[in-house]
Amino acid sequence: MQRFVISQMLLSLDRKLLRDLRALWGQAIAIALVIASGVATFVNSQNALRSLESTRAAFYERSRFAEVFAGAKRVPDSMKSRLEEIPGVAHVETRIVEGVNLDIPDLNEPALGQLISVPDTHPPLLNQLYLRRGRWLKPGADDEVLASEKFAAANELDIGDTIAAIINGRRKQLRIVGVVLSPEYVFQVKPGDIVPDPKHYGVMWMNEEALSMAFDMEGAFNDVAVELLHGANIDEVIFRMDELLDPYGGRGAFGRKDQISHMILEGDIRGLKTTGLIAPTIFLCVAAFLFNVVLTRTLALQREQIAALKAFGYTNFDIAWHYIKFVLVITLAGAVLGTVGGNLLAGFFTEMLARVYQYPEILIRVRWSIVALAISVAATAALLGASAAIWRAVRVPPAEAMRPEPPANFKPTLIEQLGLGRMLPNVARMVLRQLQRQRIKTCVSIFAVGLSVGIIVVGQFMQDAIDYVTDLQYNRVQLYDIQVNTVEPLSTDITHALASIPGVMHVEPMRSVPARVRYGPHYRRVAVQSLPTDVTLTQLMDRHRATWQPPPAGLVMSKILAEQLGAKVGDLVSIEVLEGKRPTLKLPVLALLDDIAGLNVYTSLDSMNRLLREAPRASGAYLRIDQNQQAEVYQELKEIPALAGVSVREYALQSFQDTIAQNMGTIKAINLTFAVIIALGVVYNGARIALSERSRELATLRVIGFTRHEISAILLGELGVITVLALPLGMGIGWSFAYLLSTYLANEEAFRFPFIIEKSTYGLAVSVVLTASVLSALLVRRKLDHLDLIAVLKSRE
Amino acid sequence: MSSNPPHRERVFEAHDVTKTYHMGEVDVQALRGVDLELYSGEFVVLLGPSGSGKSTLLNILGGLDVPTAGTIRYRGDVLTDFDDSALTGYRRRHVGFVFQFYNLIPSLTAEENVALITEIASNPMTPLEALSLVDLAKRRTHFPAQLSGGEQQRVAIARAVAKRPDVLLCDEPTGALDVHTGILVLDAIQRINEELGTTTAVITHNAIIAEMADRVIHVSDGKIVSTDVNSTKRRAEELEW
Ligand SMILES: Nc1ncnc2c1ncn2[C@@H]1O[C@H](COP(=O)(O)OP(=O)(O)O)[C@@H](O)[C@H]1O
Ligand SMILES: [Mg+2]
Repeated sequence: MQRFVISQMLLSLDRKLLRDLRALWGQAIAIALVIASGVATFVNSQNALRSLESTRAAFYERSRFAEVFAGAKRVPDSMKSRLEEIPGVAHVETRIVEGVNLDIPDLNEPALGQLISVPDTHPPLLNQLYLRRGRWLKPGADDEVLASEKFAAANELDIGDTIAAIINGRRKQLRIVGVVLSPEYVFQVKPGDIVPDPKHYGVMWMNEEALSMAFDMEGAFNDVAVELLHGANIDEVIFRMDELLDPYGGRGAFGRKDQISHMILEGDIRGLKTTGLIAPTIFLCVAAFLFNVVLTRTLALQREQIAALKAFGYTNFDIAWHYIKFVLVITLAGAVLGTVGGNLLAGFFTEMLARVYQYPEILIRVRWSIVALAISVAATAALLGASAAIWRAVRVPPAEAMRPEPPANFKPTLIEQLGLGRMLPNVARMVLRQLQRQRIKTCVSIFAVGLSVGIIVVGQFMQDAIDYVTDLQYNRVQLYDIQVNTVEPLSTDITHALASIPGVMHVEPMRSVPARVRYGPHYRRVAVQSLPTDVTLTQLMDRHRATWQPPPAGLVMSKILAEQLGAKVGDLVSIEVLEGKRPTLKLPVLALLDDIAGLNVYTSLDSMNRLLREAPRASGAYLRIDQNQQAEVYQELKEIPALAGVSVREYALQSFQDTIAQNMGTIKAINLTFAVIIALGVVYNGARIALSERSRELATLRVIGFTRHEISAILLGELGVITVLALPLGMGIGWSFAYLLSTYLANEEAFRFPFIIEKSTYGLAVSVVLTASVLSALLVRRKLDHLDLIAVLKSRE
Repeated sequence: MSSNPPHRERVFEAHDVTKTYHMGEVDVQALRGVDLELYSGEFVVLLGPSGSGKSTLLNILGGLDVPTAGTIRYRGDVLTDFDDSALTGYRRRHVGFVFQFYNLIPSLTAEENVALITEIASNPMTPLEALSLVDLAKRRTHFPAQLSGGEQQRVAIARAVAKRPDVLLCDEPTGALDVHTGILVLDAIQRINEELGTTTAVITHNAIIAEMADRVIHVSDGKIVSTDVNSTKRRAEELEW
């Protein structure tokens, strides 16, 4: 009998639950949206992370991506077996890799090609190619190539199209028979660039026989890829390989961590790992807070109902469970929405990733384990937020709860204690005292609204930083129009030859020397940039736009490189030159350059040539040209056999902007949406709760003759104060987040975000949040207009 | 029955006032044709059982609610023609309310609660004067939480009369109080009626309180069933129940 009664009552309790939800639907939706955002960002970022990792792992494994790489000048084939004998080496693949100038139909400016040999008789064992379209090379064919997909797509090349390559001074037509992907070139970054430029940099594969004939490499190779045995000591292998290859012009073996494509992928994954949890954490904290305030209010209103239930014999647990269900229903609704949204977002990101990365396929699917984790984390956060409120209300003994809650305690505020109170109107006093009495709630509200300001600031900061970097790199560091690289270091007479091309206005030589820079136990492979001391077409510039001169003797190096080596200003570092007579130079570090991209080492051209005991040589030059004669200059440059690469600043800038802008737009839109959800969630809930708490007061004021306008001022004044205080705090939060993020990302080798926030970013953040606040205020203001004066006065509370 | 004192000015004149609440399917007739006149300076008690329509009538007189049919005149103005903002202005200038549950603003001190009104009134007394009228001048800096129920109600009275309203409308002002404090509150209302000449209407279902009134209006089932004129009014402190 008793059982029956209880179960009947529980059913009506559930009915009460539904009615409570209906009464609070606006607030419930606001909270559910915040939860949904948290679940969505969590599902999306973890999905993307797993997808990236597993896709890469699958691709690497399937194509047998090599683990050690080395380039040399010309190594006889007989050395292959010596390399295979190195302990720890599982497999050695030797190849011929040559840079060539390309002449692509419909492309005015010069482009650079990288030709890589594949064995005529069988496909390569390491760094296997994935055939997207077309067919493999015919054995013996000397004019067929397989083109990388990005390059083909960027130039709208298809199977059967031909492009011209300048091979050893001769123009040769190459026919594309297949389009392929390679684990070595998920990203194709032209030497010297910081982002991929697939339009002007094409990687292509060609039969080994044909390539060796064209470059006089019969019986020899100039590039090695190595697969290691499990547990092999990679440093030992690299050391042994260098020993073997050094006599043949070895340029230093290196592992995956120095392989440019892999390096960029690693950076992306690391970035996702560090930043992927920030957004969900913020959302779930905000949701916990909202649950806390909404339940505190709801339970205060239901104080007497709770007392009655207890009087009937409900336990504290029964009642707590009732409210926990309330929380769970909202959380679950948010979680379902968030799961759907998260998978939609993941779809967006799939597309984005598919554009950016070149994988045979991107393994994105709904990972239910992640969804389950997201939902349980969300539920935990929600319950943590709600439990204090629930416990506080449930604990009150029924006899006490039956009595109305005593009027709240108020004190004069600090401002009034300072004697400034006289200047405040009563309405302002009410607002201030209310805020002060609920100090914690006020503070958290201010903080939460501040967070939404901060989120926008951080999102925009990325854009600001990118704008700043773009300007720095392409308008301040690179002051040339064209940079050319020679196949081999040549006499500096090359500058005269280049200067004599009609349309070329100014030429400055440079020499890039491949070297290992070593300090104590640490070393890195770098290219030492040797520039004239009075160089004008490029700048040594740090992130604050301060410039250095190339030092007449000694080195200036990237701060991050010095940190990796453990070297300081004044230390002597070893430069093990990897070309020519391969001397080892001991040079002092004269200054550290806090720059934004790459690992850079600079010295002066004169001192480098002197140290190498060679006649003045250059491996490239910077050109400024007459823009009206662009086409003619390009044409002339394409015809010079000694040039291995020509890179046009304008096009590099374009590809940089294309790569980044595409993705920034989406990310910023998503960011803004989330910030608005938080701002709306916090302000709207705050307004509704204030309205509920104060409706009695406000109705009383209306009854005694206050106008709607005047009571709105009281209610919305509270929100106004919170919003106004939140704005500067939010700017501070955004500033600190951005600062943290920039220090996280400051250690990337390829690209380091500077810490730059424009004023317009703060402006945007403030106006978005203000708009959200005003919107919430208007929604609540409408309710205020329908305040039932009489009903409010009849009841006690 | 009674004869109305002819020498006094008519403050309210209600004619055939009805009020129907629509509660979903059912209609509740709270007032069924009420005719009523209130005169300047008189102390009227509305007496009747719970649910008889007393509050509804008072709320309509005070401009808080509008009747379904019928007309109300206030000194020649037709209240029933007023729109919402005109009613707000009417309440602001002419009416003082006292409620059963005090309805003080908890975040304001006694004096500030009163000042809330004096700031928007045209010819108010000072908050301190108003508090002195109810004997609470010394508690002026106290917040509602620091006052007893009776004291809170007296602050509410001070707040209602501080603007020197023409009418003071009290809906069960002692309903939530014990006898002793109830008498202190009634005493305050009575003194205001006498000293300021404010037309005063007090709702109660306690017949004893009716002994304080000039006239007692009996309300039952949405109608005025009878009106008594007291030949001798009792002082509040003489009441016993
Ligand atoms: N807002 C309302 N909605 C519906 N019915 C109401 C409302 N206010 C009052 N009533 C009904 O009108 C009648 C008179 O109520 P009221 O004037 O409050 O009586 P009294 O103050 O004499 O106790 C009652 O039956 C009551 O239920
Ligand atoms: Mg009543």
